[in-house]
Amino acid sequence: MDFELLVGIFPQVLLDGITLGFMYALIALGYTMVYGVLEFINFAHSEIFIFGAFVGVEILLSLQSAGWLERLPWVVVLILVLLAGMLASGLLAVTVERVAYRPLRNAPRLIPLISAIGVSFFLQDVIRFFESIWRNAFNLVYPTMDVMNQRFELTSTIDVSVRSLVVIVAALLMLWGLHVLVNRTKIGTAIRAVAEDQAAASLMGVNVNRMISMTFLIGGAMGGAAGVLFGIQYSLINPYTGFIPGLKAFTAAVLGGIGNIPGAMLGGLVLGLLEAFAASYLSLLTGGAFGAEYKDIFAFSVLILILIFRPKGLLGEVIRGRA
Amino acid sequence: MGSHFIRGVLVLCLALAVGFVPAASPVDAQGKGTIKIATQSPLSGGQSALGEGIKLGTQLAVEKFKGNLEKAGFKVEVVPYDDQAKPDVGVSNAKNIIADKDIMVVIGHLNSGVAIPSSEVYKETNLAMVSPANTNEKITDRGYPNVNRVCGRDDVQGPVGSEFAHSLKVKSVYIVHDKTTYGQGVAEAFKADIEKKGVKVIGFEGTEEKSNFDPIITPIKAKNPDLIYFGGIYDQGAPFFKQAREKGVKSKFLGPDGMDSSDLVKIGGKAVVGLYYTTAAAPASSPQAKQFGEEYKKKFGKNPEPYAAESYVSTAIAIKALEAATAGGKAPTRDAVTAAIRKVKYAGMTGTIEFDDKGDPKRASYYVLQVSSDNPEKWGENKEAKRLAIAAPAAKK
Repeated sequence: MDFELLVGIFPQVLLDGITLGFMYALIALGYTMVYGVLEFINFAHSEIFIFGAFVGVEILLSLQSAGWLERLPWVVVLILVLLAGMLASGLLAVTVERVAYRPLRNAPRLIPLISAIGVSFFLQDVIRFFESIWRNAFNLVYPTMDVMNQRFELTSTIDVSVRSLVVIVAALLMLWGLHVLVNRTKIGTAIRAVAEDQAAASLMGVNVNRMISMTFLIGGAMGGAAGVLFGIQYSLINPYTGFIPGLKAFTAAVLGGIGNIPGAMLGGLVLGLLEAFAASYLSLLTGGAFGAEYKDIFAFSVLILILIFRPKGLLGEVIRGRA
Repeated sequence: MGSHFIRGVLVLCLALAVGFVPAASPVDAQGKGTIKIATQSPLSGGQSALGEGIKLGTQLAVEKFKGNLEKAGFKVEVVPYDDQAKPDVGVSNAKNIIADKDIMVVIGHLNSGVAIPSSEVYKETNLAMVSPANTNEKITDRGYPNVNRVCGRDDVQGPVGSEFAHSLKVKSVYIVHDKTTYGQGVAEAFKADIEKKGVKVIGFEGTEEKSNFDPIITPIKAKNPDLIYFGGIYDQGAPFFKQAREKGVKSKFLGPDGMDSSDLVKIGGKAVVGLYYTTAAAPASSPQAKQFGEEYKKKFGKNPEPYAAESYVSTAIAIKALEAATAGGKAPTRDAVTAAIRKVKYAGMTGTIEFDDKGDPKRASYYVLQVSSDNPEKWGENKEAKRLAIAAPAAKK
């Protein structure tokens, strides 16, 4: 076994894992916030996430065909695309809640869950239908921005691309913003109050429905931002791309303790790192007996182990108490 | 039971007798019935560009060659089925296809993993399948009388790739595949052959990942192979190669015919310019192929995707067989068509095709092409780097 090689690629794998982990963390927030407030898994969140990626690519492609992509400063383009993706996904999440979940709020638990799965399929095919008419395409490719492709080669095996940095910085900013929003503002307090006790919160003058919509808006916006970042990082999206990252992010939310915001961030990072290390090291460590294809099996085995010893996730499931 | 059987034989005799009569009766110009030619290929999903090409290639061929059959009084129709590149969908379509008594031949599929289970269904009624694109060896190695293909085989395509890689004088290769029947099949054939040639295989990795190839690329970059071989389809290969180049991997790229689609450069952009791929699909440079390309573009408003030409050739062969099976104004039967296909000798734009007793072309051509431009419109201009004509290996027992 080539020990030098194993050590040599370590920082690169760490960086890849962190990038992926932050992406999972952003998506996981949507699952965990909704669970914290409604105790229900919004399985349509994976499509809300990829919807943001589609809005992002549409804007970038229009800018490109209008010739503005090169002319505008890249930071402006990036912020514009991120905001648009967040807004679109946030509004979509609110609409989905209003149409498919709110009428079922007092139904037994499983009913809105089925509704969510239905919405997920529905959205996948709506996006597919629309894109096949609009662009006659199934796979859409994010236009390359030259700045994003720049790399800083630190050693022969390690380099840092601007893209990964953008993903990490944007994710950190958004996570910090969310933290402030939930813990330091009136809206955040109201959301936490609704999570704790809907009846009591409404008696205290909190508009419960509006706060639930707000939760979906914030969770959806985080998902939309993750979608845009996903597109920028990995470039190829199609209407079904959202499903697997969505499932992984849901797992991350459970790993961190569902309903728990810092837990979702931690869970996302842990899962991203596990996956990256498994994919890069499994075949090196086992001499090719187990390849990268076992990364999910490995990651999920670790996950099961963690949940056996900490059934409520790494940071604990916080349903009543904090949101 | 016994009386039923006797009655059945009587009815059959009567039918046969009636069948022989029309030779004397005046030929009814119309209303002999419809002959349907089914296509099965992915018309939706990530590989629909190629699947659509198969459907359109068949349509073009039917329009061009249906004359004789129509003169004989048959209506010829194309019925496209969408197998979504999924085995279960392909099989359930196949069940519908064999239930439609007018369907005499199937042109398809794109994916070997779909063609293999679907052809098991066609075999139940001895319905002929002519495949334009399935290169997996199992397709014909089962020795079914109804299964044919006009293209080459994976166990030859892998060695063609390795032959070429060897001629590039590479010293080390890294192999990645997509874990499908097709992708892993070519990758393993490539590996076995290149190892025989003394080239070091420093990695062999399978992945189902579609977006994030970072963790796979990192060890590749550290090991710095001379060449990376990707056994799979362009919708996965393109992002893989793209991310590899963007991460600073400088190796040469090589892939099988799954890379052969203009979508490869649409997705991969500049990163995949210079990539080599082996294919059993003839490049669009021969005069016959050029003419086909022009007719195709005129009719459908786009350039033919790879395998559209093979689909056209498959259909032309099927129609020749149909003509033979309906000679003298007989209504065709599936058995007759299936038998007739093996007797056809067809000289078309992919060379002269004649099937051996397993359904493989007696001699198939293989090409190595190099991507020359990042403009998807110019896919047809990819340079031919090498050409080999190889006979199909004998069935392995």
